[in-house]
This record gives sequence, C-alpha cells and structure tokens, in this order.
Amino acid sequence: MENMRQAIARRRRVDLIFHVLGAICTSVGIVTIALLLGFLIVKGANRISWEFFSSYPSRFPHKSGILPALVGSGLVMFVTSLLAIPIGIAAAIFLDEYAPRNWFSSLIELNITNLAGVPSIIYGLMALGVVVYWMGLGRSIAAAGITLALLILPIVITATREALRSIPREIREAAMAQGATRWQMVRHHLLPYSLSGIATGVIIALSRAIGETAPLITIGALSFIAFLPPAPIQSQPPFLSFEWLSSPFTVLPIQVFNWVSRPQPAFHEVAAAAAVVLIVFTLLLNSTAMILRKRARSRISW
Amino acid sequence: MTLKNLRWLASIGVATTLVSSALAEKPTVKIDGSSTVYPLTEAVAEEFQKAKQGSINVTVGISGTGGGFKKFLRKETDISDASRPILQQEFDEARRQGIKFIELPVAFDALSVVVHPDNTWVDHLTTSELRLIWAPEAQGKITNWKQVRSTFPDQPLSLFGPGSDSGTFDYFTEVIVGKPKASRGDYMASEDDNVLVQGVSKDKGALGYFGYAYYVENRNRIKLVPIDAGKGPIEPSEDTVHNGTYSPLSRPLFIYVNAESLNRPEVAEFVEFYLDRIAELAKEVGYVPLPKDAYEKAKQRLKKRETGTIFHMHSEAGVTIEQLFQGQLHN
Repeated sequence: MENMRQAIARRRRVDLIFHVLGAICTSVGIVTIALLLGFLIVKGANRISWEFFSSYPSRFPHKSGILPALVGSGLVMFVTSLLAIPIGIAAAIFLDEYAPRNWFSSLIELNITNLAGVPSIIYGLMALGVVVYWMGLGRSIAAAGITLALLILPIVITATREALRSIPREIREAAMAQGATRWQMVRHHLLPYSLSGIATGVIIALSRAIGETAPLITIGALSFIAFLPPAPIQSQPPFLSFEWLSSPFTVLPIQVFNWVSRPQPAFHEVAAAAAVVLIVFTLLLNSTAMILRKRARSRISW
Repeated sequence: MTLKNLRWLASIGVATTLVSSALAEKPTVKIDGSSTVYPLTEAVAEEFQKAKQGSINVTVGISGTGGGFKKFLRKETDISDASRPILQQEFDEARRQGIKFIELPVAFDALSVVVHPDNTWVDHLTTSELRLIWAPEAQGKITNWKQVRSTFPDQPLSLFGPGSDSGTFDYFTEVIVGKPKASRGDYMASEDDNVLVQGVSKDKGALGYFGYAYYVENRNRIKLVPIDAGKGPIEPSEDTVHNGTYSPLSRPLFIYVNAESLNRPEVAEFVEFYLDRIAELAKEVGYVPLPKDAYEKAKQRLKKRETGTIFHMHSEAGVTIEQLFQGQLHN
C-alpha cells in the first residue's frame, strides 16, 4: 500500500515536471514572437503613414516609402497564385483520385514530399538557369512568380491531398453508385467538401511565398526602383496589357533587408516599419486560413 | 463560403494589379553591383528621376561588386557599381565579349579602424601593428592588447570585421596584410556593418574596421583610431583623404559604364548627371567626394569616350587621386 502511494506520487511528480517543461517550451515561442513584434512596432510605428505606403525609396529615410515593394510583392503573389493554385489542386486530384497505384505514382509522391524540403535558394538557382536564361523571361515579375509558384507547389499539393483524404470513402462510392463519372464526383462532391481545407493550405503556402527573399535575390530582384510596372488595363484598345509581366521589380523582404544594412539609424526605423507591414500581411493571411479551417470543421456533416 | 470566397481572394489580386499606374514602356538605365557604392547611385538615381519627371526609368540592384560585373559582362546592365577596380579575369572576359567600358571614379571611402569609447589606451595604431593583429599568423596567438604594444594594458582583444565576400575585406587585407583575402579567421565577421558597430560598442577590448559612413552615423558609440603609416597618426576626414595622407586605408569607388550603352541618350544623360551631382550627393550619404578637378577629368574621359582601365596587372592599393587619371588606359 505504502509502496503504491509512493509510486503514484512519483508518477504525479513526473507529470508535473513535464507540465511545467511543456509550458516553458510553449512560452519560448510565444514570447519570442511577441517581443519581436513589439520591438518592431515600437521602433517603426511612427514611420507608418499614408506617405509611407505611397512613396518610392529615397536616400532620405523620412521620405522613403514602400510603394514599389508593395506593388511588386502583390504582382508576384498574383502570378504565383495563378499558377500554383490550379496546377497544385489538379495534380493532387489526379494523384489521389485518378492515378493507378503503382511504383510510378509512388515515385512521384516521394518526389513531391522531397521537393517540399528543398531549400528555397536551390529553387532560385534553378530558376536563374531555366526561367531567366533558358526560357528567356529575364529578371522580371513573371520569372519571380514562376519561381515562387514552383517553390510552393509541393505545399499546395500536399495540403490538397490531405483535404481530399479527410472525405470518407463512402461519399465517393455513393456518387459512383449513382452512375457519376469520376469528374462529376470530384466536381460536385469532393471539391466543394474539401474547399476550406484546400484554401487553408493554399493560404499558408502563399504566406510562405510572400516572405521569401533568397530565391528572388538570385533571380535578380532590385533594390532601388522608383517606378511602377505598366498597368494591366490601358485606356486605349486592346485595353489589356501584359507588359507588367516583363517589368523589373522589388519585393518587401528585399526592401527591408536593404534598409537594415544602412548606416543611418533612421533607416533602421523605416526597415522596422516595413517589417511590421510584412508581418501584418502574413498574420492576416494565416488568420484567414485559421477561420476557414474552423468553418470547414463546423459546416460539414455527413 | 467556398467559391464566393475564392473569387474574393482573386479580386484582391486583380485590385493590386490595378494600383499600378498607367505607364508605357520607357527608356530604362540598368545598374547593379557593389553595396558600398549603392547609396551613391541610389541618391543620383533618385535625383535623376525627379529631374526627368519620371520620363526615364533607373533600376539599381545590389549583387556585390563581383556579382555586378557578372551581369555587366553578360550585357544585362548598362552600368556596374564597383568598390574595387575590375579584376584581371573580369577584364579578360570583357575583352572576349567585345565589351568596351569607361572607368569612372566617383567618390572615396575611408576604411575606419574603431575601438570602444572607454578604450583610453589607444591614441593611434601603426599599419605594422594592424598587420600584427590581422595577419593569418596571428590566429589564436595575438589575443591581448598588451601583445600589440608593450604599453597597452592587459585586456583581451576581440576583433570585428567584414566577411570574406566583402570588397572592404579584400581591400583591407591587401593593403594591411599584403595579400587580398589573407586574414586571420578567428574574429567576429559579418557582412552587415551594423552588426560590427554593435559588437564594437559593447566590448571594451574590441577593435574593428568598416566603411567611414558607419563610423559617422555612430560617433557617440565608437571611437575612431588614427592610423600611422610612417608619417605620423592620421584620422580619416575629407581633407586627409583628398591630400592623400590617410593612406593606405582610403579607397576609390567606381562606376563602370558600357561604352555601347552610352549611344543610348538616356544612359549618356544619366552618367553626365551622375558626375555633375555626385560631389554634393556623396557628402549627404556619408562618403568623401573626389576633389573638383578630378570630376572635371572624369567628365573629360566620358566626353572623349576613353575606354579601358588603369588597373591592368596592378592593384589599387594606396592609389592617389592623380594616378586615377594619369595611368595608361588598357583595353
């Protein structure tokens, strides 16, 4: 009896120790992020103004703005999502619903998993050789969009497959039993049911892409650029223009990096402000993903 | 939710593209290269675009001097920023590609040796003391100030300097140790000079070196060390750089202009504007401008389209302003 009490007390102690340890580990992450964000806000808050968003970079810190970086980031992300989302979702549907299970499809699956672990700088080097020079796209928005699309494609594919797999087998069998083709089953059942899950994965992938610097430096994002790409909608026929795709560009993380390395402390404040904008964007994207996930869980019942 | 939300997301993307104002394809001057020269070129580009009211686009990248020359030699850029003269291999490559270039010195950077403000014992250092500290042989051996000079106190020596990819590192090791890239490796290295400033300002036994602009912006946190190269201790300043007494630690900064690009009016106009305005702009961004007549000589060189480099087969170490325009130009 006495022995048993002691044994129970001992296990409780171990349990308590792990409880405390776990709490400490959790708070390390949270405190770091809170400190980082707090520090940036304190440093950069008074730089954030309308002018900050609507000005070009300048040699005077107080006149510096993030307009070309903001537009550059936006356009690059636009190209990236246009490519990565349809290709990624289609590939996932094919792998999960169409492809026969054999050594070849397992090989492809293995490769996709591995691609997700390739360091982003490698994508940059590959894109420099293939996209910039071989495809002849140059150091342009299109090249940057393609590079980031390739970078996040494995994430989109994996997330989509997870979402598809969470749909019970019976749904598929029921649809097929009614005489639906595979595509009808995918179009009317699988896609609508898994859309929230897919959207979550896509947004998390995009929020990774928005902060990427390394591959864009290798393909030649610029540091000083005081003009915007040509607008996609023109006042004369044919009204639509795709010239912006071949325009040189810069993006937010590169602008931050440039300002941080300047000698003048005032530039470090500008860098902090731009970093806050970048973090807020990322957090917004991530919380959208969280809301979508929550809705997905509560909405669907079979 | 579903499709509606996705459409909404897509429309954000479209809206971002619409923000871009209506600009047709415009003449563009493309520049890339050294991060040290970047603030100068950025300042000129900013003023130039203002003066031209946006009718000419200028882009400036930071790929480092070597990276900039790579793009320059692929004819991807019109102008290359360089914190050191063109190297032999780069020169040979230019010849192979049939690229003619005009070498224009645009300003001076004085490498500054700094210590912690509480360091009371150092009133100056000689170049041979610097060599003693930074030579590869010093690694693990010279670790205390009293080993540098017998009158210095018993205080551990901690060193801060740029990493080996930097042009500053190349130049410092060449003029102090005698061979480019020959340096001890056991020091705190960073490509970001602000990290070096931080390091020196927090360690009483610290010694570091970096560009003059980083000293000027942090005078209250670090102390400048006058350098004695045999003619008495000299501090870096506009005067000592101009009269050549802050030698060998002052170095010229260059832009290299592709001669073929100069046939395009926008490039010619930009380079002329650069030489007209750089004297005043250099000071604003923390660099030492060349003397007035040096800019006149540079303009002459540009006007006559004199191509080539004066640094063929010899280094820039300790080069004076006169020499920049006297030497034989090699093509």
